[in-house]
Amino acid sequence: MSGFPILSLMLLVPLAAALVCLYLDAKSARVLALAATLANLALGVVLWLNFDVGGAQWQFQESHALFAGFKYALGIDGIALLLIMLSVFLMPVCIGASWKSVEKRVGEYMAAFLLVEMLMIGVFAAQDLFLFYIFFEAGLIPMYLIIGIWGGADRIYASYKFFLYTLLGSVLMLIAMLWMVNVSGTTDIPTLMAYDFDPQAQTWLWLAFFASFAVKMPMWPVHTWLPAAHVQAPTAGSVILAGVLLKMGGYGFIRFSLPMFPEASAQFAPLIWGLSMTAVVVTSLIALVQDDMKKLIAYSSVAHMAIVTVGLFAFNAQGLEGSMLVMLSHGLVSGALFLCVGIIYDRLHTREIARYGGLAINMPRYALFFLLFTMASIGLPGTSGFVGEFLSLAGAYQVSSWVGLISTTSIILGAAYMLYLYRRVVFGPQKNADAAAMPDLDAREILMVVALGIPVLWMGIYPESFMAPMRADIAALEARIARAAPEGDAKPTAGNPKPAHEEVSAHEGAH
Amino acid sequence: MDWSQSLRLIAPEETITVAGLVLLLVAAWGGDKASRLISIVSVATLVAAMVLVAPALCGGAMGPETSAFFGQFRADAFASYAKILIYGSAAVTLVLAPSYFERYDSMRAEFPLLVLFATVGMGMMVSAADLLTLYIGLEMMSLSSYVLAAILRSDGRSAEAGLKYFVLGALASGILLFGMSLTYGFAGTTSFVGINASVSEGLSNGALFGIVFMLAGLAFKISAVPFHMWTPDVYEGAPTPVTTFFATAPKVAGLGLIMRVLLDAFGDQAAAWQQIILFVALASIVVGALGAIGQSNIKRLMAYSSINNVGFILVGLATATQAGASGMLIYVTIYVAMSIAGFTAILMLKDENGNYVEDIPKLAGLSRTRPGLALALATVMFSLAGIPPLFGFWGKFVVFQAAVQADMLALAFIGIAASVIGAFYYLKVVKVMYFDEPADVVKGESDVWHKLILVVACAFISPLGYLLTSWLGETANTATTALFAAL
Repeated sequence: MSGFPILSLMLLVPLAAALVCLYLDAKSARVLALAATLANLALGVVLWLNFDVGGAQWQFQESHALFAGFKYALGIDGIALLLIMLSVFLMPVCIGASWKSVEKRVGEYMAAFLLVEMLMIGVFAAQDLFLFYIFFEAGLIPMYLIIGIWGGADRIYASYKFFLYTLLGSVLMLIAMLWMVNVSGTTDIPTLMAYDFDPQAQTWLWLAFFASFAVKMPMWPVHTWLPAAHVQAPTAGSVILAGVLLKMGGYGFIRFSLPMFPEASAQFAPLIWGLSMTAVVVTSLIALVQDDMKKLIAYSSVAHMAIVTVGLFAFNAQGLEGSMLVMLSHGLVSGALFLCVGIIYDRLHTREIARYGGLAINMPRYALFFLLFTMASIGLPGTSGFVGEFLSLAGAYQVSSWVGLISTTSIILGAAYMLYLYRRVVFGPQKNADAAAMPDLDAREILMVVALGIPVLWMGIYPESFMAPMRADIAALEARIARAAPEGDAKPTAGNPKPAHEEVSAHEGAH
Repeated sequence: MDWSQSLRLIAPEETITVAGLVLLLVAAWGGDKASRLISIVSVATLVAAMVLVAPALCGGAMGPETSAFFGQFRADAFASYAKILIYGSAAVTLVLAPSYFERYDSMRAEFPLLVLFATVGMGMMVSAADLLTLYIGLEMMSLSSYVLAAILRSDGRSAEAGLKYFVLGALASGILLFGMSLTYGFAGTTSFVGINASVSEGLSNGALFGIVFMLAGLAFKISAVPFHMWTPDVYEGAPTPVTTFFATAPKVAGLGLIMRVLLDAFGDQAAAWQQIILFVALASIVVGALGAIGQSNIKRLMAYSSINNVGFILVGLATATQAGASGMLIYVTIYVAMSIAGFTAILMLKDENGNYVEDIPKLAGLSRTRPGLALALATVMFSLAGIPPLFGFWGKFVVFQAAVQADMLALAFIGIAASVIGAFYYLKVVKVMYFDEPADVVKGESDVWHKLILVVACAFISPLGYLLTSWLGETANTATTALFAAL
């Protein structure tokens, strides 16, 4: 297995399928896209099974000097493996979600999605700085088309906002990358991760990378493209956007900002905490007053991503592992929630919360799964959301009690807006006749929600499966950034207990 | 240095000139009926000239043995690189043109000849090693271009374009000539080597004024801000094949010439002109990007896009390093391909009566009525915007890499941030073609040559182009090594 270029194959399958899809009619394009994404999922499973946990840090490496100035170099560690798995797992669900709802220009639609899949895998697998940048940026084109062609009413505005916001962030990062390569003389990401840049220069480099990742993440206050893009994107577009594209920001922090610029990361950690705390409170409150289901979930995504950044910049293993788990969990849960919204949107063609109500009566199965994902989003123990959020917040608490405290309000506020949403949509009287007449889930929909539900519970009950592959990488990262880690504010002083026998002998002496 | 060697070095120019003169006689006797034959022979001549200049590039020719006519002319690898692009663009123009002019029933025998003579002039520009060669080449190109812009005599817009181009171009030539005379007055010589020797100690105020005026004249020729005003009108008014020509070959020649003048003649005084180029580059990027936003004619949009792209190319020059010069050559190569692809696609936009469609709103929903054409145009737009994985990104990458290596971080930051403004109007075209409801205006069929050129050019600017990066980089390095060795 060692010599087989499985990562290249995982890039090639969706690319080839995308090119073919352009020339197919609607029906065969759907089938081909599903087959290609399932094939990639199978390849992903093979990848995971062959991943040597506890082995070399970088596995499945490939490198070819195809280009001037940078290499075609791929390779993954545990972190990348998990994110690739998330991508390949969500893709068939996305294709399934658009099986019936997308009717116009199906071939192009499927081609765009397959291209997105290829580029996402590329982002996580790239081991060359500029190869990463090309994959990272190229995703803009298919996403722009997906939002703009198949989106809702304000799709044009949303697509522009998405494109220009993210482009501005990324081009600044490009200049920083050029500078780094000029100074260090290499484009190899593993080498750069161990390269010590001058702390003064790190400040600027960190800011340039931050400009890109903060927009992609998205962090408050540059998150405003996200609700616009989400609301207007088709269901599958939202799933991919929330499920995987948002993870690029977190992946960027974990792969670039932290290991390459540890001093600057420590210097800017208070900024990140401040923005994240604001995001947790502000976007949660905004989510509370939304009338539009997708907007509500989009704002909740911003709040969850703030938990990720808090955990990342806690500079300890709990925080980092927790952030990774929140990313994975949020990928599944928010994807599932968008899917749930999409399911009822397909029936009633509105996202307005007030138009629904009492769905538990006519759609009991839907209500069950919607509840599962709602609870996972809140972070109920036993679901995937709990593990990640708990670890992240525990990590943050070690560094700053205030950050821990305020970030934890996300759980309370999250429960508030999610349960409020659930109550209005699923419980209560059936006040709208058309909503009351909606049929329950069909086989295709059950298949999709079950597929998403299983890993949500798996991650909640036995997270070790997901933590084992990345444990060594997180430990390496923690060791790398340890020198810059900010001191915790709690300053617990070790007690000064006397050995037990001394106490005993002292008592005896008193006798 | 003897005459036979000099004559051997200018073999490509001789070939084109002789062919041009012979074809001129054919045109005189054969009339417009012979235009097809003349076009074919002209293209063959240009291809032959490309073959003649190729060995100098492959062999990395440089140094004294490339110098002809007592140091007035230089047939080195740098000149060859630029000439291949120029001859290639001219040949593509000649292939594209007939179907356009036949539509207006005005395919004139003079058209290929004017292109040939303009090409000779451009070849001299990039080979210039003396102010006089420079000026002769420049005027030969300019005079032919003025006529080319106005060649569609029956069309008011074309005549207007020709007149505007002529009046403003003549003014620019005058300014350039004034700058040259100042330079000559203070340096005491017209040869680049001599100028370089005389200013290497320090630049007198007079020579500085000379540089400023020469740059003003040259900036006009490459349509850099603040001498860009003619570009949108001329691009819009000139017949589309002529616009294709203007967007490609003269840009290469003008940029090659500026590189020769600044990096050879004034190479030791980079500090004197770097600021000027810096300003011109940034101003071109910003004005090109902002000006394009309100345009609804796609040719005008391409004009502003060319101003914008010239700004990015000049970022490479502002570094005054060899890496910057190589980056310019790579960028200009990609830019030529993007322009050819873009204008070929524009030439293929015809309504059912065969009239050319230039209004962007009329392209609405093109992706549904003509998916292939829309895909090609979208590729060009994303590539011009510099979005990876399209090849246009690579051009920006190399010039900004050179800027970062030269420690010009502020320039790099501002330049690349301004590229986001540019992305806005490229996106607008894509939006119209892909998001809007079909207007169903574009229905006409195109001939097979257009399709072939479009496919080849689009393949070059597609991600496949990255496979050429090593080869392109090495070739550009060979060329700029010759440029820097010319002193």
